[in-house]
Amino acid sequence: MSIVGTRVVRTEDPRLLTTGASYLEDLRLPELQGAAYATFVRSPMAHARITGIDVSAALDEPGVVAVLTADDLDDLPEPSAGAEPLLAKDVVRFVGEPVAIVLTEEHYQGEDVAELVSVDYDELPAVVGIPQALTDETLLFPDKGTNVLAKGGAKEFDDEAFAGCEVVVERTIVNQRVAAAPLEVRAAAARWADDRLTLWSSTQNVHGVRDELTGRLGLGKEAVRVIAPDVGGGFGAKIGADRETVVVGWAARRTGRPVRWVETRNENLMAMSHGRGQLQTITIGGGRDGRVQAYRLDIVQDCGAYVRMGGMLPFLTMLMATGVYDLPRVETAFRSVVTNTTPIGAYRGAGRPEATAAIERAMDLFAAEIGMDPAEVRRRNFVAPDKFPYQTPTGATYDTGEYAKALDTVLEAAGYDELRAEQRRRRERDDPIQLGIGVSAYVEITGGGPEAGETARVSVHPDGTVTVWTGSSPHGQGHATAWAMLVQDELGIPMDRITVRHGDTDVLTEGVGTFGSRSLQLGGTAVHNAAVEIKERARELAAEEMEADPADLVLDLESGTWTVRGVPGRGVPWAQLAERAGPDGLSADTTFATDQSTFPFGAHVAVVEVDMETGRPRLVRHVTVDDAGPVVNPILAEGQRHGGIAQGAAQALFEEVAYDEYGNPVTATLLDYTFISAAELPSFELVPMETPTTVNPLGVKGIGEAGTIGSTPAVQSAVVDALGHLGIRHIDMPASPERVWTAINEARTAQ
Amino acid sequence: MNVTITVNGEKTSHEVEDRTLLVHHLRDVVGLTATNVGCDTSTCGACTVLVNGESVKSCTVLAAQVDGDEVQTLEGLGGDEGEMGPVQRAFREHHALQCGFCTPGMVMAATSLLRENPHPSEDEVRAALKGNLCRCTGYHNIVRAIMSAAESTEGAR
Repeated sequence: MSIVGTRVVRTEDPRLLTTGASYLEDLRLPELQGAAYATFVRSPMAHARITGIDVSAALDEPGVVAVLTADDLDDLPEPSAGAEPLLAKDVVRFVGEPVAIVLTEEHYQGEDVAELVSVDYDELPAVVGIPQALTDETLLFPDKGTNVLAKGGAKEFDDEAFAGCEVVVERTIVNQRVAAAPLEVRAAAARWADDRLTLWSSTQNVHGVRDELTGRLGLGKEAVRVIAPDVGGGFGAKIGADRETVVVGWAARRTGRPVRWVETRNENLMAMSHGRGQLQTITIGGGRDGRVQAYRLDIVQDCGAYVRMGGMLPFLTMLMATGVYDLPRVETAFRSVVTNTTPIGAYRGAGRPEATAAIERAMDLFAAEIGMDPAEVRRRNFVAPDKFPYQTPTGATYDTGEYAKALDTVLEAAGYDELRAEQRRRRERDDPIQLGIGVSAYVEITGGGPEAGETARVSVHPDGTVTVWTGSSPHGQGHATAWAMLVQDELGIPMDRITVRHGDTDVLTEGVGTFGSRSLQLGGTAVHNAAVEIKERARELAAEEMEADPADLVLDLESGTWTVRGVPGRGVPWAQLAERAGPDGLSADTTFATDQSTFPFGAHVAVVEVDMETGRPRLVRHVTVDDAGPVVNPILAEGQRHGGIAQGAAQALFEEVAYDEYGNPVTATLLDYTFISAAELPSFELVPMETPTTVNPLGVKGIGEAGTIGSTPAVQSAVVDALGHLGIRHIDMPASPERVWTAINEARTAQ
Repeated sequence: MNVTITVNGEKTSHEVEDRTLLVHHLRDVVGLTATNVGCDTSTCGACTVLVNGESVKSCTVLAAQVDGDEVQTLEGLGGDEGEMGPVQRAFREHHALQCGFCTPGMVMAATSLLRENPHPSEDEVRAALKGNLCRCTGYHNIVRAIMSAAESTEGAR
């Protein structure tokens, strides 16, 4: 029986559960002996001119190795146009922006010294929030003449788009800024020796970090080696090298000392990329029969102070705007604005959760307006199964999907009719705890793209063990277990003899990394293909060994030996073939690339209780179907769904990065940022469903972000639904007790 | 000042700077790096260890404050041969960890909980974990693992 598809506990875990993993700050390498500790001096102002920096007092402190500012970056190539500065030079544009780097002998000395770096600021008015940015009264980049630094989609909306619709609903909704907040904050270490930079980074993609370093530092590819040790979560915010990481690499070269850096959580919440941050105006129109005829999505993306991914995320939102629905008329457009806040980057889903949140809210608003059950409205508008591959009006080609089946399955599992009956009973008796049921249906895009691909190397050694190198870059997903399962499945070599390694640009010089739910379908396929290649070479070698026709050679997957068909005997084991293959052993390097994306889909039901006295919503059940094709290891796939659901629920109910009117972050500690905890969540109810794709030989799609994409709108919808009988149609995220309480009271006052 | 702490059953004695936090002392001086730092406000619980058997956030106490005390970290939970204890085994069996960064603190908090309350309800487990944050698992499998460890005959000891 194949091991693929079975529940296999992780090979990673014994080490993580006994000695702990080896994260960046745990590295005790000889190469980093005597490293200086880096501490960044950060801007306390959201928007200001720097009129002077005095480092003299800092330099007098004990333990100081160096204090370096933008003026010291004179040995670097001219940055490309529009590149984010490595250290702020003339202007700071968000609180937390790095202004100087302090190197000290001891870690604790860093903060003491950083405090003594005296920076003179001439305060400028701060641009906080999208509406203010759009006024263009204060500009972050005056030479641009506007804060709108990117726009796209429809140049003008068609006035006639909604002509003929019996019902049209329009609403502006907030997809708020949130923090990725991986448990391990950002960290890096660097060493310059023999004209070469070695940089250890807590990252999702070592190759991306290397390319950023070579570009910013003016080094050739061969002069930079990037290594990822164990990484304590990323969620999109550890893609690539942030400016601090580049500065750490530069400082090691500049001073000739190894340098290590780890930020504090306070710095992390101020300066690591945030996610989401869209203001969306949705317009939906259709008939009272429940058929939607037209949909418009107008997006304004908050980029923060610099355009990291803020120019790109809305393209993904527009691409996925119509979701699982077959809509005759669709219009989308976006503008991306800069504000004096932390830059926005990728965060679990990156542009797609925003699309689903918008269309699912629109569907709910439309359903409420025509008085139809929201699940029924969705059913009447799904893309039908016989339409795949389905070309959306926004330019995506959905591979496979069974949207109605996913919804019906999850409704059945949740006991939807009984939930509605219970809701009616509570409404009738004016229960102080009202029940809300939120339904979402989603599709998202994962994996492929014009530059998508991933690398692998699989080597069978003469001792019969296997090493798998992957260009993919795990940080909790369980690649070591899953990749070993794929290799065992193909070669019949047991998992305990297979070691999976990643994260060293000197070993695999090319690779892409882990983000966008791409690992299994691209990295896993590359590993699978390498194993298939090895098997074919082994067949030739075994044929030579046994003096038989290669076509007659059979690999017995149970024993991991090659035999000749119809000839009894012990067969040739892998070790013998690896020996025969010569000094390099039996090894294959592969790159798997496809420009076709995959489109995982599913449906969620969230059940929320709202305390009508306090406004407190409580998620009491969450039921999901998340279909990403065949599952290699249900334990891992379920884990991805669990984590995703929680992060989506967190955005719907609790989490929001906030600033005051001066641009001061007011959620820059974990005391203030309402990171979701175990006490606010129920256990989740997961229903399996597997619809394969034809895009890769494993038939798999990505599961990393699906949970978040489905759960956010379902949970938000459930809160609103609990209050539907009061005429409430929408509450912005996060649906905090205060917001819910206010909505209840306004509705009751109006009645 | 000189600080003497029994860490995982072994007596340690070091000269430390007064302001040294216990977590940094354990990591940088004693050399046990399983205990992690995840925040600076004692909110996330990644640094949870046991001091005289009670769970403590080691980023909140100075090394000097536990002078003469017994400290247990993740490294000290298993048996002499490196085998895992019941909570560790349950975490693996139920896939209660992904990136693993919160795990040492989570396991220590769970150990402490089960010593105080050997048979907690799901709500009690969830309430007890309020001070231990995880970004990967949605807590689902952590809760299951702790409930399962509680059911195992050995309990958490």
